Amino acid sequence: MSTTPASQATAGAASAAPVGSSGGGSGLHLDGVYRVFPGGVVAVEDVNLHIANGEYVVFLGPSGCGKTTTLRMIGGHDEPSQGTISLDGEILNGVTPAKRPVTTVFQHFALFPHRNVLQNVAFGLKMRGIGKVEREKQARDAIDLVGLGQMANRKPRELSSGQQQRVALSRVLVTRPKAILLDEPFGDLDRLLQLRMRVELRALQRDLGITFIHVTHNQEEALSMADRIVVMDDGRLQQVGTPTDLARHPKNVFVAKFMGDNNTIRGPVVESRDGVVTVQGKLLRGAVRGDLPVGQETAMTIRASAVQVSTSPEAAAVNAGRARLNFAEYLGDSVKLHLDVQGEPFLAKVDEARYAEIRAFEGQDVTVSWNLEDGQLLEL
Amino acid sequence: MVSRRTKWLLGIFFGLFTLFLYGPMLAMAVLSLQGPFGSQTFPARGLVSGHWYSELFADSLQGVRDATGVSIRLSLIVAAITALLSMSLGMAFRRRFRGSGILFYGILLSLMTPGILISLGLSLLSYYVGLDTGIYTTALGVQVVWALPFGFLVMTAVFNRYDARAEEAARDLGASSIVTFREVTLPIVWTGVFGAGLFGFTLAWNEFERTFLVAGPTQTLPLEIFRITSASVLRPYVYSLGVLTTLFSFVLIAVFMLVSRASQRRAESAAVKADEAAALPDAAVAAAAAGD
Ligand SMILES: Nc1ncnc2c1ncn2[C@@H]1O[C@H](COP(=O)(O)OP(=O)(O)OP(=O)(O)O)[C@@H](O)[C@H]1O
Ligand SMILES: [Mg+2]
Repeated sequence: MSTTPASQATAGAASAAPVGSSGGGSGLHLDGVYRVFPGGVVAVEDVNLHIANGEYVVFLGPSGCGKTTTLRMIGGHDEPSQGTISLDGEILNGVTPAKRPVTTVFQHFALFPHRNVLQNVAFGLKMRGIGKVEREKQARDAIDLVGLGQMANRKPRELSSGQQQRVALSRVLVTRPKAILLDEPFGDLDRLLQLRMRVELRALQRDLGITFIHVTHNQEEALSMADRIVVMDDGRLQQVGTPTDLARHPKNVFVAKFMGDNNTIRGPVVESRDGVVTVQGKLLRGAVRGDLPVGQETAMTIRASAVQVSTSPEAAAVNAGRARLNFAEYLGDSVKLHLDVQGEPFLAKVDEARYAEIRAFEGQDVTVSWNLEDGQLLEL
Repeated sequence: MVSRRTKWLLGIFFGLFTLFLYGPMLAMAVLSLQGPFGSQTFPARGLVSGHWYSELFADSLQGVRDATGVSIRLSLIVAAITALLSMSLGMAFRRRFRGSGILFYGILLSLMTPGILISLGLSLLSYYVGLDTGIYTTALGVQVVWALPFGFLVMTAVFNRYDARAEEAARDLGASSIVTFREVTLPIVWTGVFGAGLFGFTLAWNEFERTFLVAGPTQTLPLEIFRITSASVLRPYVYSLGVLTTLFSFVLIAVFMLVSRASQRRAESAAVKADEAAALPDAAVAAAAAGD
């Protein structure tokens, strides 16, 4: 997949290269999907996406960007105003949630409060007309799978949120759907438990080989779990790519900012020569590979971890500058430096070993710089 | 801090409230315990005796017993209809629909119309169209209309707190609309439905004004009590009857409180903060620890 930003600046409609697709109808397809709510709110706009079977895809975006709406349309709880959704060549538009081979783990789990764990998990099988003995056996297996064997007779209110989460998961798994949709599955869990569940969920998905579509607004969660991340903003797809793609090569200003730990320089091109353009930001001047006419408004980004920090008082005119160190944040394996260039925030990450040395400069100016190869152009 | 004077004022206010609430019942209870020569007013004579309670089973009071039977049957029917309609209305009002606002206030309107006028109006109307008034027609009708707003408000409150995601989950797992209603919606809201029904029962049980002119030849208990109290000489069995019906209402309230307490406990009891690690497969914990 090409990661160099295309020169025409259309941010949305990023159609992904199918991963391991057989080219035919296999996997989940969203084609030109829109969702316009009565009153004119465009929650989802022109979404084109292919998700291969067995893929772990994470939808990532700020609150209100249309993640839940997209998921609900896939699950059949909402219908597209326009466009088609299909799974393995079968159009899903108009098919009721009950008839779709996808199931949802809802935000806040939505367990049946009046039923115990076993009954909750067996519900989907009961709806498929499977006899009591058989469905309870399968439900028990599913409960064991998530490690809740001893709690089969508890009501949801008697479980911690982490346990409820696992019940919700096994309730869905037991029906053997082709795809599982998870809306903010970790939203109700404390941080430590979130970290554990990431590992558990990912391991489970790998074992089962089922497609997982997971919605979150947490970048770290998306990066750690996804085969592919779909970044959304304002109802549109902003970028679709592997975690490495998104971390290393954000496509546009929104993605660079949203993924965090990136520095953006925005302004006109002041020089363009030999495949290198120089962008004049408010205070910093950056040179980056690319081909743009002088005078064009553009933006470039540098990852915080690519920034070098030195205490020498001299800074070069390009790809460097003097910055005040406000705070050196110790993260255990690295140190995140919160700098500002005459009021403009700037981030750098340096090795943990330099903590003592760097910290002595808190409140003083240091020199930041980066290599030509570490900068890249962004779409606006 | 509440000042001394405020405390006194509140105390007096509370005393008056209690007096007006329980005073009449207390007076009635005392007078009902008089001996055979007891009269309709104080001072009470021949305390304490169960005479006027056994008097209720005398042949001459067959009318009272019949009226009680009628009232119980009628109240049960009103309860059932109120529960059913309140539930349906509550479901309907979960979504906005054309005219839902007007309908909402339309249903509540019967709370504000004077009951005796409804009774008069309906009796005039049925006379005009040539239909007889009767217990299970006109009286039933006015009582349902009277009880419905209460039941409706109960169900509106229930559905306001109701989390519809459980229904979505059921549908997602393959349940049809009817099955979702039966397996998920109803079990979650049934205490509300029960409450609406109980409202119907108590309101019908006590209803007088609306039923007064439209009950036809049969008497309900409140109508029968009114008939007796309008007679020239009151005998103390009226008081024992009053005490018994009041106690019956208390029992109903107690039942309702028990049921709603039970359902509240179900809803509120805090999640057991069981040790997460105990439930986790060890391998996953180890992996999580290593991965961080
Ligand atoms: N039923 C609805 N009617 C009208 N507008 C709606 C409806 N549901 C969602 N919206 C609007 O659509 C947009 C997208 O909502 P959506 O729930 O998909 O966001 P989200 O990305 O899931 O956000 P969050 O992270 O807060 O859950 C929002 O602007 C929201 O207000
Ligand atoms: Mg959402």
